[in-house]
Amino acid sequence: MANTTIIPFGPQHPVLPEPIHLDLELDDERVVQALPSIGYVHRGLELLAERHDFVEMAQVAERICGICSFIHGQGYCQGIERLMGLEVPPRAVYLRTAWAEMSRIQSHLLWLGLSADAFGFESLFQHSWRIREMLVDIIEETTGGRVIFGSCKVGGIRKDVDAETLQRVNRRMREIEAAFDEVANIFRADRTVKQRTVGVGVMSAEDAYALGAVGPVLRASGFASDTRQLGYAAYGELEWEPVVEQAGDCYARCEVRLREISQSIDLIRQCLANMPEGEIEVTFKGKRPKGETMVRLEQPRGEVCYYMSANGQKNLERFRVRTPTFANIAPLVHMLKGCDLADVPVIVLTIDPCVSCTER
Amino acid sequence: MSWFSISALVTRSALHRPVTRLYPFERRTPYPKTRGHIEFKINDCTFCTVCAVKCPTGAIVASKKDKTWAIDHSLCILCGNCVHDCREGCITQCNDPWPPMRTKEIVSFRQDFETPSSLKTPRGA
Repeated sequence: MANTTIIPFGPQHPVLPEPIHLDLELDDERVVQALPSIGYVHRGLELLAERHDFVEMAQVAERICGICSFIHGQGYCQGIERLMGLEVPPRAVYLRTAWAEMSRIQSHLLWLGLSADAFGFESLFQHSWRIREMLVDIIEETTGGRVIFGSCKVGGIRKDVDAETLQRVNRRMREIEAAFDEVANIFRADRTVKQRTVGVGVMSAEDAYALGAVGPVLRASGFASDTRQLGYAAYGELEWEPVVEQAGDCYARCEVRLREISQSIDLIRQCLANMPEGEIEVTFKGKRPKGETMVRLEQPRGEVCYYMSANGQKNLERFRVRTPTFANIAPLVHMLKGCDLADVPVIVLTIDPCVSCTER
Repeated sequence: MSWFSISALVTRSALHRPVTRLYPFERRTPYPKTRGHIEFKINDCTFCTVCAVKCPTGAIVASKKDKTWAIDHSLCILCGNCVHDCREGCITQCNDPWPPMRTKEIVSFRQDFETPSSLKTPRGA
């Protein structure tokens, strides 16, 4: 075997928003293999959930991650509601779905900006985040928080949204769609974007499935799998199809996210158009969760699983989260084999690594 | 495929005023639902300490014996549990954000003690 060099990549790297470490074994400029290591931002949130009241922990579950915050809160609440046998009112279900899709759009826009930054396209980065800011304002107007929504609670949602605000949201979604289409056309047409992403980090559908890839990484390889197809929340009543691309390279993963943003805007419109009237929460005074359950949801980055076990006490016996980034690390290591050193940051970013989720 | 697909957008941005605000001189009005900071009125408080028990981060410390109530704004995560659980309605959530802190800021209240006017409104508001 030829002489190889080991180059450490991360945990502090200009392109990485969060700390992940990779030992890159290089033969000249080509990566022979990559060894990942995580564990820099562990906070012990699972253990915290096992020590506190299950109602309060909806707030903590939401803080597992700053980007997919709402969906973590939604997953936790859905699990507790299933353990207690609560039926959430339809209006709360539709509002949860709309907020989950807003969360998906803002996460994808954030990722598009970061990826543009990774291949040195600063102005596209700023314009992606400009559109994200428009959406974050809508989130603040409807929930009260910009990043941590704080609107999901066990049994429903905290505050209702009035009809006037919903109409305003509908109008502003049109503005966001127009602004986003302009930026999406740049991602699709620009030579700089294509030169850095087309044919880079290719993964076949068989490899993606065998390595347990989830979310846009799996769908970009041509495998139509989306946890929303399970029909949780209001997804079973809305019209949509999973976004699939065939190429399996970095550009395909970018395209999947671009198309998912348009799809999420459409899903929000459908939620607003079919918004039922009525209660927003169901009371459960004195009830406590008992038994065990597994909840699966689709986060912006892929499938997230929650395992919950309770024995009728005020706190959970066991709370376990398997996040999409953890599932996407094995495919990442596979994709890095044989790529150029200069392409490593772009490939690492295309799995949209969220290390604070992964380590909790 | 082109090299200059962003040029129209960049030119338009250069000719328009910035989308960012000149903070802190130019501030946006908070939305009615914005979770800004926790405000407390001691006059109606019965010191039941439910808010302190329900606080997930331990930001509120209340004592029935001393008739005191204190909040550490650097620990508060604005979850609203205290507002929801207060039976007397003396805790409210304002939509003005609490200004950035250089040090830990604990605001304490004691019954039969007049709150200094400087603490009635947040710093910088």
